[in-house]
Amino acid sequence: MCKRINIIHSTCVPLNMENVDTDQIIPARFLKATSRDGFGKNLFRDWRYTNDDENQPKEDFPLNNKKYCGKILVAGKNFGCGSSREHAAWAIKDSGFDVVVSSFFADIFKNNSLNNFLLPVTVSDSFLEKIFEAVEKNPKTDIDVNLENQTISLNGHSESFEINSYKKTCLLNGFDDIDYLLNSKEEIIQYENSLM
Amino acid sequence: MSININKDFSLTPPFEGIGSTLFDKIWEKHIVKKIDDGPSVFYIDRHFIHEVTSPQAFTGLNKRSIKVFRPQQTIATADHNVPTLNQHLPIKEELSRKQVEALIKNCAEHGVELYGLGHPFQGIVHVIGPELGITQPGMTIVCGDSHTSTHGAFGAIAFGIGTSEVEMVLATQCLLQTKPKLMRINVDGELNKGVVSKDIVLYILSKISASGATGYAVEFAGSTIRGLSMEARMTICNMSIEMGARCGLIAPDETTFNYIKRRKFSPQGEVWDKAIAYWKTLFSDGDANFDNEIFLDAADIEPMITYGTNPGMGIGVNGTIPTVETVNETDKNGLSKSLAYMGLKEGTPIKGQKVDYVFIGSCTNSRIEDLRMVASFVKGKKKADDVEVWIVPGSKQVEKQAIEEGIDKIFEEAGFMLRQPGCSACLGMNEDKIPAGKYCISTSNRNFEGRQGQGARTLLASPLTAAAAAITGKVSDVRELMESYELLAASCEQ
Ligand code: SF4
Repeated sequence: MCKRINIIHSTCVPLNMENVDTDQIIPARFLKATSRDGFGKNLFRDWRYTNDDENQPKEDFPLNNKKYCGKILVAGKNFGCGSSREHAAWAIKDSGFDVVVSSFFADIFKNNSLNNFLLPVTVSDSFLEKIFEAVEKNPKTDIDVNLENQTISLNGHSESFEINSYKKTCLLNGFDDIDYLLNSKEEIIQYENSLM
Repeated sequence: MSININKDFSLTPPFEGIGSTLFDKIWEKHIVKKIDDGPSVFYIDRHFIHEVTSPQAFTGLNKRSIKVFRPQQTIATADHNVPTLNQHLPIKEELSRKQVEALIKNCAEHGVELYGLGHPFQGIVHVIGPELGITQPGMTIVCGDSHTSTHGAFGAIAFGIGTSEVEMVLATQCLLQTKPKLMRINVDGELNKGVVSKDIVLYILSKISASGATGYAVEFAGSTIRGLSMEARMTICNMSIEMGARCGLIAPDETTFNYIKRRKFSPQGEVWDKAIAYWKTLFSDGDANFDNEIFLDAADIEPMITYGTNPGMGIGVNGTIPTVETVNETDKNGLSKSLAYMGLKEGTPIKGQKVDYVFIGSCTNSRIEDLRMVASFVKGKKKADDVEVWIVPGSKQVEKQAIEEGIDKIFEEAGFMLRQPGCSACLGMNEDKIPAGKYCISTSNRNFEGRQGQGARTLLASPLTAAAAAITGKVSDVRELMESYELLAASCEQ
């Protein structure tokens, strides 16, 4: 897993749908694994194949369409709603994406993504619309995401996005929350003692 | 098992701030430290784990060669992926069996109490926490499951987390959290006959949509909410995640205290008195500020049902499915796609729609009151011939009580199948799946595409509305089927 994120320059895969829930991103029957690996091949499984058969890909689904590729997934509003399954973020990351762009992310999904060095970029509705239009016209359209400057741009249009500075430092440097918490153990114990 | 009562917040002075909300009062007491311009280190009192979202977290601990930091504050059960028939036999499906075995091994190695298959306390994680008295007011509670919001019904901050966060809590009993915005949803007035708490929450969802509370912690308040039993309150908080909320909560009151009293792990003796004194401070002050506030009238609520593929797509059972023309621009695509999946027509009534399966279960509606409500309605009636009805109790204790009360007999006579505790057809992870194209009226919380099985078509409703469909074989208004309103009123005594 690539643990540092800063500048990503890539074409994208557009998924112009709203309320994409984590049951679609990775259906429950694939959650039986006890490791974090290999979820990518079942990403959007039920939208990708007819009769659950890998020999019958649904041609009109963007992930099956050869003209779309890249490290950026662009999706409609309220992406990642529903179940807390982190398997959704693992499946997206495992499929080679480093960034997901939407105008609105569900809370738990956003946290899960950040914990897996998958950058959720929230843009305005109008900017999202611009991306979908541009990519429909020209699938080779490049998008630039710059975490350091907190900007996203395409075809000369640019917009800044929010991220809290602690999380930004983590992603830029490859730090995990758990490392931070383990380093705070003394303070946690002090806190517990203060409750006695 | 001894749950760490020494660390209970009941023993420390309450958080005092001017104009504080219930949420603030709990939140502030759990901050270990604040990171400048970042999240806070947030202390977790209780942690529930289950077989599906915990194995990778334990692998993470083992890789770092560390043990669970506070094993007495974590409680495990097997629920998501277990069979609901013949639970005494080894699990047939290999991957499911391995996942359950991994949980047993991890809990043993790390000293975590496990209520696995065969244990008298086993059940759906959000059913057993409250029934064992592990869930208490003023606490912070997490679980690798989005419906952890259920526990908020006790006046606790309870939310779902991902597996990386499960690992953090196991390792440090803390998470890094930023404070959400606050919303209060007030429901006032008397409920119509035949309307129960599931209808209230489906109604709220139909008003504010499946993303209407994203980024918020939601407090439910108002006279209608106050009048509900604990189990009915849990149904509402359970589905706050379906509005996108981080969590849902209700201020504790006498109803809460009476429910908790004398449960297995509730505080006892002197600690109980102190706990009560503390719990009584947990309410939003009169001058507390909310970022958003909504007022709803209970009289407007009818028995509800969903027609689409997210829980915000609900209408009264006597309503008609919206037409694509009448919804706003951004919802047009979603509505057409949903109706195509559901095989339903815009602008038509939902009442009379044929159903093939009835599922009464899940952490939303599988508690004893839900089963009692269904039993009192179906007593002496028989299910429609071409409908399959599954009743899946939320826990071993619920199952036991149902048998003691003779509810199992009523179901048997009606032709319903009483299965064993687990998540079952709520998420279609084990063999309890609804076949493609079939209609299932379900008391669970999600009607997403494929949620109950690939191609399955889910209509969410209350246990009463589901029971009515079981008898008639189609979507029905339960009120038209009751011989007497008095009986119905008694069964809905929530
Ligand atoms: S019953 Fe359904 S919603 Fe509840 S915990 Fe189980 S799978 Fe999740």
